[in-house]
Amino acid sequence: MRKPDSLQGTLDLLVLKILSRRPGLHGYAIMTAVKEASEEALRIEEGSLYPALHRMEEAGWIRAKWTTRDTGRRARIYDLTASGRKQLAAEESRWQKVSSAVNLVLRTV
Amino acid sequence: MSWWSRIGNVFRSGHLDREIDEEFAAHIEEAIASGRNPEEVRRAFGSVLRQREASRDVRLAAWLDSLRADSVFAWRQLRRHRVASAAAIVSLALAIGACTTAFRLIDALLLRPMPVSDPERLYVVAFTGGGVAGGPQEWDSASYPMFERMRDALSSSADLVAVSYVDWTDVSWGSEEEIEKAHLQYVSGRMFPLFGLKPAAGRLLTGDDDLKPGAHPLAVISYDYWTRRFARDRGIVGRRLRRGETLLEIVGVAPKGFAGTETGTMTDIFVPTMMKSPTVLASPNNFWMRIFAKLKPGARPEPVYGRLQATFQQLQVERARTFVNVTQAELRQHFEERLLFEPAAAGRSNLQREYRRPLATLGLLVALVLLIACANVSNLMMARATARAKEMALRVSIGAGRGRLVQLLIIECAWLALLASGIGVLFSWWAAPFLVARINPADDPARLELAWDWRLFAFSLALSAAVALLFGLAPALRASGVRPAEALKGGEDPHKRRRVMHALIGVQVAFCFVILFIAGLFITSFGRLSNQPTGFSADRILNLQTITTRPQPAAFWNQLGDKLRVAPGVDRVALTLWPMMSGESHTMAVSINGVRVSERPCDLLNVSPGWFETMKIRLIDGRDFRADDADPGVTIVNRAFAREYFKGEDPVGKWFGFLGENPKSARLQIVGFVPDARSRDNLRGPIRPTVYVPFEERDAAGAWKPASRGTFVVRTAAADPLTLAPALRKLVNGWRPGFHADNIRTQLEINRACTIRERLLASLALFFAIIALALGGVGLYGVLDYSVLQRRREIGVRLAIGARAIDIARGVTLEIFLAVAFGATAGVLLGLVSARYVVSLLYEVKATDMTRLVAPAVGLLGIVLMASLRPVFRALRIDPAETLRVE
Repeated sequence: MRKPDSLQGTLDLLVLKILSRRPGLHGYAIMTAVKEASEEALRIEEGSLYPALHRMEEAGWIRAKWTTRDTGRRARIYDLTASGRKQLAAEESRWQKVSSAVNLVLRTV
Repeated sequence: MSWWSRIGNVFRSGHLDREIDEEFAAHIEEAIASGRNPEEVRRAFGSVLRQREASRDVRLAAWLDSLRADSVFAWRQLRRHRVASAAAIVSLALAIGACTTAFRLIDALLLRPMPVSDPERLYVVAFTGGGVAGGPQEWDSASYPMFERMRDALSSSADLVAVSYVDWTDVSWGSEEEIEKAHLQYVSGRMFPLFGLKPAAGRLLTGDDDLKPGAHPLAVISYDYWTRRFARDRGIVGRRLRRGETLLEIVGVAPKGFAGTETGTMTDIFVPTMMKSPTVLASPNNFWMRIFAKLKPGARPEPVYGRLQATFQQLQVERARTFVNVTQAELRQHFEERLLFEPAAAGRSNLQREYRRPLATLGLLVALVLLIACANVSNLMMARATARAKEMALRVSIGAGRGRLVQLLIIECAWLALLASGIGVLFSWWAAPFLVARINPADDPARLELAWDWRLFAFSLALSAAVALLFGLAPALRASGVRPAEALKGGEDPHKRRRVMHALIGVQVAFCFVILFIAGLFITSFGRLSNQPTGFSADRILNLQTITTRPQPAAFWNQLGDKLRVAPGVDRVALTLWPMMSGESHTMAVSINGVRVSERPCDLLNVSPGWFETMKIRLIDGRDFRADDADPGVTIVNRAFAREYFKGEDPVGKWFGFLGENPKSARLQIVGFVPDARSRDNLRGPIRPTVYVPFEERDAAGAWKPASRGTFVVRTAAADPLTLAPALRKLVNGWRPGFHADNIRTQLEINRACTIRERLLASLALFFAIIALALGGVGLYGVLDYSVLQRRREIGVRLAIGARAIDIARGVTLEIFLAVAFGATAGVLLGLVSARYVVSLLYEVKATDMTRLVAPAVGLLGIVLMASLRPVFRALRIDPAETLRVE
């Protein structure tokens, strides 16, 4: 995914969806999760991921906390909040609408 | 999270940066741990710095962060120029403090609504008419019958209550002997429910406690008095207090904050109007109270006013029918009187009337002082902006917008203004109560509720914001409008900046002149007023105002006088009713052979034998009173009396009488003739015709009348009569039961009390004049010094090619002296215009008198010379070789 902004909110949708399935991931794990789930078709860049994470954190959709890992280093892991769940539902239905609209166009023209 | 956390993060930005960095580091480590090539990982991650910036902008409020950064930078700037900043802050603080103090006084006396329900619906009835002294006068005293008629006429659209003037009176909480002073006020019982007041203890009065004359011996005390006198003892309810012959039962305590309607005086004890003496209540000619009206919800004031006016006119007609012996002129004047209906949300008092104009004038003076201080700081910022032109140019070059530069500079000013405001508010915390305590005589000072509330907070915040913009905006705009190419080359037009500075100097000088001029008027007025002859000698005189629980026969008064006369340190003793110039007076209309010869009434004063000698008033003709003289019978009159009624001839041996129902209408003989001596506290009018009568009075049947009050006038041997006060008080109180020394004051103190307002005005105006001069001088010095510094190169070149010293001095000062001259001219005009506004506060001083301009001009010239000496010498001492070498 070269330009996450080309389909606005897609990055948010992916991150929220991943976190709803697998709570308590850190940034790198979210990145690899997206890569794996899309069978390497989608790749989030670090340059987009962290501003998005921090923005969603300020918006109150996700919550961050520090945990100490086995290596002794601290990691910042993210969880979905209640309002994040609502946001996910909204984003999902929006995505459905947009993609079915695109499909409709592709089929009819 | 969200806004709060973003704002919070601004102040934890260091922590935030570390957190972001740590998260990134963990990310990279994780990637490497999962088997990726470290080089590749780092490249993929990109610039950590840019990433951090992006995250940072998300996680904190960027605009606030820039404000924070600017504040920190501005604070460092202030600390770098510590001396200049401190000078700016102190001068601003003084001006802001003075302004805040003026605001607190004006707010407390004139603006702040009383703590009653719906104060905006409260009005007071006042009257206007041609006064005795000529010009229209305003008063607000009413009689009780008047109040009753108005109350009944208005019952549908407004509720009227009667509130007496506050009495500074003697009460006793224990035995008859333990007398103390308290502020007592008669009020309609309905006032408490009408004002929506809730008791702090017990209950308050109601309309039912105010129905029949003499039938409601009840009282309510104020919260303030309860706290001061009884330490909030709940047992106060049910206790009795004695006032003269009457015992009053305390039924409750008024709510906190409410201390009567007479702003400037805090009432201690509220008593129902029905407890006033029945004769006073019934008299249509005894004006002892104010009438307050509260409009019913939705009622308009105009119809209420119309109804009141009509009722008043009707009352005037009825009163005129009872008049005897009045002239046509007096009758005409009587019918010209009109009723006024004025808002009274802030209460109503004579203090308000007396101090409205002085406070407004002082407010104006301090505002001018503040503007002078602002101009100083503005010039300082302007000079500093020159020094920082290169810094500004650099900021512009690396992409700072003009808005951001203005923000940076305004924040510096905001720092100055905020610090100054803080100090200023602290200053007013001390100064406002200090001034209030000086408003009235020391034994009964004015008391105002000087609250710290949102009004004060809002005022000082608005003031500091206005001040910051006022002195900061121009330099900020100018500094931010820098053209980098020119500034970095070092060649901006320096004259442009100096022109603004010179204009500011002109403004400063103009304001300074106005302040000096007005201060001069006040000081001269005060001097004239306090130095005018009183006709008696106040030196070493002590007045022992004495009261008795029951009227005592004259023999006892005389015996007490004899006792005082032999006390150590006492030179002479005489007896009178009240001290001279203490504010009490008694007036009578004079008739000669049963005919009224003049419309002007005369003053009456009871004095004992020896009083004239004690007061050092020498007899012109005739004799002093003798021990067997009694009133009515013989009199001594003054020069003004002779002028008014006997064409200025020596009246000794002549006869006259007093008009009215009084037994004094019997024929009185003049046995003595004395020069004029001032008996009233109004120093602005001429000394009035005065009749002195013997202290001892006989009634119509010829029996001695006992007296319940008198003042022993004691001339002491010691220079400071107050040293004798404790001993004499003990002597009076211990002499025999019933006698009580109530108030002991020196005559000098009483005389001084007559000019308190003028003294206050003069000393404050003088204080502000000095401040204004000092600020103006400092400002002038700063600008001159700066311009010499800036033109160092030019002056060096001129000196090098042989310019004369005088030319250099002229070159340096000419522009500024021109600005000063312009400012002074504007100041003269402004001063003459504004003086018209203060005319009523002046005494025997004409603002248009050109000699009044001399003192301010000299003061200003002196300060200008002082301020320019050093910079000029500095310019002359410039060493051409050195300045040119620097370049």
